[in-house]
Amino acid sequence: MIRFASDSTIKDERDERQLFNRRARIGFLIISLMMLVLLSRYVWLQIFAYDSFSTRSESNRVSVRPVVPNRGMIYDRRGRIIAENEPAYRLEIMPEKVPGKTAGLKALLDELSTLIDLDEDDRASFHRSRTHYRIFDSVPVKFNLSEREVARFAVNRHHLQGADVVPYLSRHYPYGELLTHVLGYTGRLDADDIASVDAGNYRGTRTIGKIGVEQFREKELHGTVGFERVETNASGRVLKVLERQDAIPGNDLVLSIDVAVQTAAWDALGDRPGSVVAIDPADGSLIALVSKPAYDPNAFVHGIGQQAYRDILNASGRPLFNRALSGGYEPGSTLKPFVGLAGLELGLVSAQTRVFSNGEFYIEGYSRPYRDWKDGGHGWVDIKSALEQSVNTYFYQLAMDMGIDRMHDYLSQFGFGAPTGIDVQGEGGGLLPSREWKLAIHEEPWYPGETVIAGIGQGFNVVTPLQLANAVATLVNGGIRYEPRLLYATKQAGIERARPATAPVALQVPVNDQQNWQTILDGMDRVVNGPRGTARGVAVDAHFRTAGKTGTAQVYTLGADKEYEEAEVAQHLRDHALFIAFAPVEAPRIAIAVVVEHGGAGSTNAAPIARATLDAWLDQELQWEPEP
Amino acid sequence: MKGLVPAWVGKPRLDPVLLILIMLIMAFGLFILYSASGPDMAVVERQAIRLGFGIFVMLAISQVPPRILRLWTPWLYGIGIALLLATWILGVGRGTQRWLDIGLLRFQPSEIMKLAVPMMVAWYLHPKVLPPGWKPVFVTLGIMLIPVLLIARQPDLGTSLLVAASGIFTLYLAGLRWRILFGFVGLATAAAPVLWLVMKEYQRDRVRTFLNPEADPLGHGWNIIQSKVAVGSGGLTGKGWLNGTQSHLEFIPERHTDFILAVLSEEFGLVGVTLLMLAYMLLIARGLYIASVARHTGSRLLAGALSLTVFVYVLVNGAMVAGVLPVVGVPLPLISYGGTSAVTLLAGFGMMMSIYGHRKFIK
Repeated sequence: MIRFASDSTIKDERDERQLFNRRARIGFLIISLMMLVLLSRYVWLQIFAYDSFSTRSESNRVSVRPVVPNRGMIYDRRGRIIAENEPAYRLEIMPEKVPGKTAGLKALLDELSTLIDLDEDDRASFHRSRTHYRIFDSVPVKFNLSEREVARFAVNRHHLQGADVVPYLSRHYPYGELLTHVLGYTGRLDADDIASVDAGNYRGTRTIGKIGVEQFREKELHGTVGFERVETNASGRVLKVLERQDAIPGNDLVLSIDVAVQTAAWDALGDRPGSVVAIDPADGSLIALVSKPAYDPNAFVHGIGQQAYRDILNASGRPLFNRALSGGYEPGSTLKPFVGLAGLELGLVSAQTRVFSNGEFYIEGYSRPYRDWKDGGHGWVDIKSALEQSVNTYFYQLAMDMGIDRMHDYLSQFGFGAPTGIDVQGEGGGLLPSREWKLAIHEEPWYPGETVIAGIGQGFNVVTPLQLANAVATLVNGGIRYEPRLLYATKQAGIERARPATAPVALQVPVNDQQNWQTILDGMDRVVNGPRGTARGVAVDAHFRTAGKTGTAQVYTLGADKEYEEAEVAQHLRDHALFIAFAPVEAPRIAIAVVVEHGGAGSTNAAPIARATLDAWLDQELQWEPEP
Repeated sequence: MKGLVPAWVGKPRLDPVLLILIMLIMAFGLFILYSASGPDMAVVERQAIRLGFGIFVMLAISQVPPRILRLWTPWLYGIGIALLLATWILGVGRGTQRWLDIGLLRFQPSEIMKLAVPMMVAWYLHPKVLPPGWKPVFVTLGIMLIPVLLIARQPDLGTSLLVAASGIFTLYLAGLRWRILFGFVGLATAAAPVLWLVMKEYQRDRVRTFLNPEADPLGHGWNIIQSKVAVGSGGLTGKGWLNGTQSHLEFIPERHTDFILAVLSEEFGLVGVTLLMLAYMLLIARGLYIASVARHTGSRLLAGALSLTVFVYVLVNGAMVAGVLPVVGVPLPLISYGGTSAVTLLAGFGMMMSIYGHRKFIK
């Protein structure tokens, strides 16, 4: 039936009802179809995409969280704690949970700084470190909050959405700057660090050893990460621990350093920049490794501010510089025992060979005089007297007879000119000059005059305090040269007995005649105990007999720091004072090298420091030693 | 007896079929609400009290003869418009002006419009010759658009959509010609870009998010994605009552209000969703049946429009939860937590019952 409704003017109830019924039926049909379409969407989601959504729902529910292992403690040789973990609190922000994006984050930080001491540095480093974290991670803002700050935060927690205060274990160095140049420190784990470690094992770890033992033994100290599978809600709050595998704590380390000896050397150095290295010749273990000035490593643990870092960087005496490991000094007369031994062992001189010292030495055909330190010379001297009185002429003559090539080859056996292989990074190698080296570096031939001054440890020679101490140790234990070791023992968590560490032998210096070695040691004995010894004063009232050798180094330059050092030369024209020693003479228990920068003569400035160090060690050692 | 006693004093006029369907859906809803709220019995009790009040309103209205309702219609509509204007000036609410605070009571005048608009349109078309000519169509559009625009600017897209739909349905059931109907649809499609321009930023965000939720999975896309994960992980039979991890671990936002269907889907699966949808379809079918047996044009149009509007609720909410429509604040009828929309719906069902209960007396 065709209808023209708009034309009609009469209301027809029956027509209208039919119209409505038709419309209602069509309407219901349409909505039924739409309902089917809607349901087909649910069928797709719940049947066809079920697996994928089910997996997503499961991964929503369960998250795996790392359990950070406790870092191993570090003890000194006598069991003193020198690096420990202290309970502390840090402030963290989870940016995703902060309402209001960037503005909200700024507002939150503003609010937090009214409760917690946050300076511009802290904020800047927070923004920098944010980029290294995944979007749902908490980013640390400030470490080591004070108790007041923790309490203030707790009171205001409800309106600080996105921020949290989290307990953690913080590294602490109870001896502060005394051991910085040994232990180094841990600092914030940054992007470069992550690239260098097994990232999986560092999930959740916030700090890593940056230098020193902390860096070198990072693997052992860190331990193995554990994990927990936890059920979390959408805000990341843990509701239930489903499964847990505990972390394996890092190993505890025992270092061979003796804090008492280290302190004695440290105190004896006073305010002067310098270094003391003491080694037990029996096993190559380091008893003391002092570099002064130093700085407080605890400042670095919580992330040092830019300004504070600049202050340390620019402080006088360069506290960041580890003199013991990489300070390059002219050895001066401390090289004489080694040159003398080379002469004896190579058969160039004997113990009885005598040389006349009249105060000046000339190379044939040259007019330049090479002087003795004493006007008019020392007269006839053999090797022992030459060492006792530090007679330059004897060694000028010996060096000329030996030649630079043989001198280089022999001295290199004592570890000069190359890193000793100590178990921390950043060691310098010093310099033991040779014909080849000069040609390669300076593109010049070797001149005879350079051989002459090399014989008394001057010229191109550069040694580090560590090299010097290790060379002394090699000398006194019959030529066994160890790679010096800081690690004394390792103690695994849960195991009662510590596993001792031994220093590897780098080289056994060949011994032609034991007597030659004894002659040199006797000569060094006379330096301290002889009537004309240059270090006579050092042995007064000692309970043990000491042998040594003084040295004076002209202020010198080294490698990359050339310009800086030259600037210092202008300010400080005094020479460096050096002293090497071992004791007791009869059965050496300690070999030592002391350098006092701009200290002047070795005898008066460096030797007393050595004495204080020897006392601190031997007073204990000789007492402790059970008689066999 | 006729004329001596008011008709509504007599035996209660209700439709048992409608009542049973409503009660079934509500009961199911309370079960899901218990799970969605934590579980928290206090929430369920609060909602039960509201629903009880709604049932009371429904039964009360069902006793009022349709003729009285029609008498009130222009007044209700007029008051509704006045209140909407008042909201514009005095409204309270976070970022939007939806609520009117009159002393003890805070309510949304837009809710009144969900009933007042179809009532007004039906009232207006009641004496007209159907299908309506051009003039009645434009008057009807005016009746509808004034409140729709007032509500849309609050802004409350969901409610204005529902109000507009109820008006359009009335026109459709009145026999609006297909040509004109399709013309409107075409016009609305063409107006979509204009709509984009007048939208508030947060509304645009919702549309953008809807088009590509994965672009901002932790921000705006979060609701849609987590809701889909909840639905999808429910599978055929669901994870079981109170076992929905998405809802209990608080991954589903608004889980006891607009997204309660996600909770249902997760815990009862496709079976649960299908059963619920079936219940809604039966409810709508019953509503249309009531309309078809109504004696008067006005009653018929009103009952029909109210029934079809229920479907808009279900469709928009269901599509939003399944991630096929942007997030729009449309509740799942009789199930979502909250009193206002449930009471409005139940009042509508009350009118349908009244129409059904009074169909014989008018003869």
